[in-house]
Amino acid sequence: MLEKKHLEFREKVRAFALEKIEPAAAALDLEQRFPDEHMQPLTEMGLLSMLIPEKYGGKPTDTVTYSIAVEEISRVCGSTGIMLAAHNSLGTFPILYFGTEEQRQKYLPRAARGELIAFGLSEPDAGSDAGGTKTHAHREGDYWVVNGSKCWITSATRAFATIAVARTSDDPQDKHITSFIFERDWEGYSVGKKENKLGLRGSDTAFLHFDDMKVPQANLLGKVGEGFKQMLITLDGGRISIGAMALGLAQGAFDCALRYAAKRVQFGKPIAHFQAIGHTLADMATEIEAARLMIYEASAMKDAGVPFSRQSAMCKLYASEVGTRTAAKAITVLGSIGYNTGVYPVERIWRDVKLCEIGEGTSEIQRLVIARDLLKSLEKVG
Amino acid sequence: MDLFLSEEDQEFKDMARDFAEKRLYPRAMEFDEEGITPQELIDEVAELGYLGFTVPEEYGGMGFRATTFMGVIEEMCAACAGFGIMLSVHCSLTCEILKLFGSEELKKKYLPDMAAGKKIGAYCITEPNAGTDVASIATTAVDKGDHFLLNGTKSFVTNANFAGVFIVFAKTDPDKGHKGISCFVVDCDSEGLTLGQPEKKCGIKASDTREVNLADVKVPKENLVGELGQGFRMCVTILNSGRIGVSFQAIGIAQAALKEALKYSKERVQFGQPIANFQAIQFKLAEMATRIDAGRLLAYRAAQLKDEGKPCHRESSMSKLFCSTMANYVCNEAVQIHGGYGYIKEYAVERYFRDARVTELYEGTSEAQRMVISKDLLKE
Repeated sequence: MLEKKHLEFREKVRAFALEKIEPAAAALDLEQRFPDEHMQPLTEMGLLSMLIPEKYGGKPTDTVTYSIAVEEISRVCGSTGIMLAAHNSLGTFPILYFGTEEQRQKYLPRAARGELIAFGLSEPDAGSDAGGTKTHAHREGDYWVVNGSKCWITSATRAFATIAVARTSDDPQDKHITSFIFERDWEGYSVGKKENKLGLRGSDTAFLHFDDMKVPQANLLGKVGEGFKQMLITLDGGRISIGAMALGLAQGAFDCALRYAAKRVQFGKPIAHFQAIGHTLADMATEIEAARLMIYEASAMKDAGVPFSRQSAMCKLYASEVGTRTAAKAITVLGSIGYNTGVYPVERIWRDVKLCEIGEGTSEIQRLVIARDLLKSLEKVG
Repeated sequence: MDLFLSEEDQEFKDMARDFAEKRLYPRAMEFDEEGITPQELIDEVAELGYLGFTVPEEYGGMGFRATTFMGVIEEMCAACAGFGIMLSVHCSLTCEILKLFGSEELKKKYLPDMAAGKKIGAYCITEPNAGTDVASIATTAVDKGDHFLLNGTKSFVTNANFAGVFIVFAKTDPDKGHKGISCFVVDCDSEGLTLGQPEKKCGIKASDTREVNLADVKVPKENLVGELGQGFRMCVTILNSGRIGVSFQAIGIAQAALKEALKYSKERVQFGQPIANFQAIQFKLAEMATRIDAGRLLAYRAAQLKDEGKPCHRESSMSKLFCSTMANYVCNEAVQIHGGYGYIKEYAVERYFRDARVTELYEGTSEAQRMVISKDLLKE
């Protein structure tokens, strides 16, 4: 399914990840430190502007290439992987896709230079049910005045701008949800403290608070009332990148387990030569391959411009569950040393990958999306 | 959209589905109950060219690639997995081994009749005491100057009752382990070749499975396939093809089970609404569809590698391991969605549930696939 350019890109980005990203991965996790040192190399590699057209300073690629990038970076560092995925898929994509020319010119060149854009959908009382959004925007002359909070915002402490949705009417319907671009320098915009998380501890996750924040009309994204629909479209793409991230983490755990099993000697031979371990490795590799093909399929469908919501949900659902299974099995293969923090990456990966079953829609939401689509297709056939 | 299928592949798949739904599916329950592979349907698929689908045109076949053929296998198996495996064994194993390794003379002698459906192929490796451990077969072939003399017993031979041609693996040098295995074409009317009673099976009952006994069977010298001592190597290559075929059999069964489950869940009303409205059911359907999609991608990738002549050993095993596990999962869930009705023969899922089981067993058990995959992983 991959073309030559994809294979060449994989070689290149893999070498980059090993040289520039991997050495800091364990420390970022231990110290809960944002990968500031990775920003420049990532920008130079064009990995923070993969969806941005050249005229805005980006290095645009197809979705398959982008998925490979997220996979390879996540293979060595989940925290950097999610920062990358969130910035491209959730930060830059909505501006490119729904924004005005003026908005694109204002924000995309900065994004391409490595300044991060965040995405705010979740709220304390609106998780899977994004329709429950409470953040409110009301019109006052040329401005919108916004009040409310957004939670679990990836890269919140670093992002210079955030795409977020707010309710533009007191009517509780989804059609009254609208997207805006907020800037962190504005009065009334504040960032909460960094969340203390199970995994992805290098990624800065925090609340955003909006307190009587004045938002110019020019920062309305798309039209009033289109926010909910825009979010669904954005998430269709974003889910592929979370799948790719889970895939990278799974591959990282598997690589470690395979190498370890081939050299760890017990009962007089490498443990890989016992079927209990060898066959575990076989199952891990098989599931990873299936997940990879699903991610390429969804990516290629997106590139081909055909509907891909179902495939995007499927690949995210499957890859994230393969990720958690693979990481757990990898710890089992390594035994006690695998349970140690900072010696082998499998323990960190096990903690990191759990997020992939939650972020950009839980596994339960993916199943909801898939089931609806299946039942809808049955109606069409009759 | 299917990334691996060309428009032509899709057209053949649609044609096969049309045939399978009209001719095969309505009688599948009857074939299952009676345990028969109906000759009139063999004649019909022969007429459609399916029995020589991947045989080169110069030998009377249609000369298509495996990727195209797998759509046909999937659709046949979705309607009747027992009938589908007849086709798979005939094409993906017996025609395939002659196509890849047979001498020009052997190809001319057998392939045209096989492609036309005048001679159905059967494939004999497994023995009562040699299953996963193929190298331990005990059937012998002794060089008698102008012919080979074969003796032994082969078990679980698909298509045995109506086969015109038996591909038989036997030891020509019993001291050499797997390097002492050779492969022969044995005609069904050879003296000394006898068949056992049909096996009573759990599923794929529409396929014919029997023991084949060889007692001093004379096989002409020219019926040696490939070179002496190369049987094991050829067998391993052909197994890739067989495993891809079984993958698509599993996909066909699973797809059919999902279709029934979807339909049933929309019709069945409990607590005042169709059960499809309940998340407990919706999420089963979502999981089933997701795993089928993953299996399909693994299977098409393996088929494509095979068609490109690239190594596909690991990929075929991964595909077969995954698809067979997946089909059993999907059929189990399909029965679950049907509740008590799923356990009753009036509903097709009962048959799918039984039919899926064998995909984890033949062409190498799941454990044998894991042996292949892990060995390949550790080689790196």
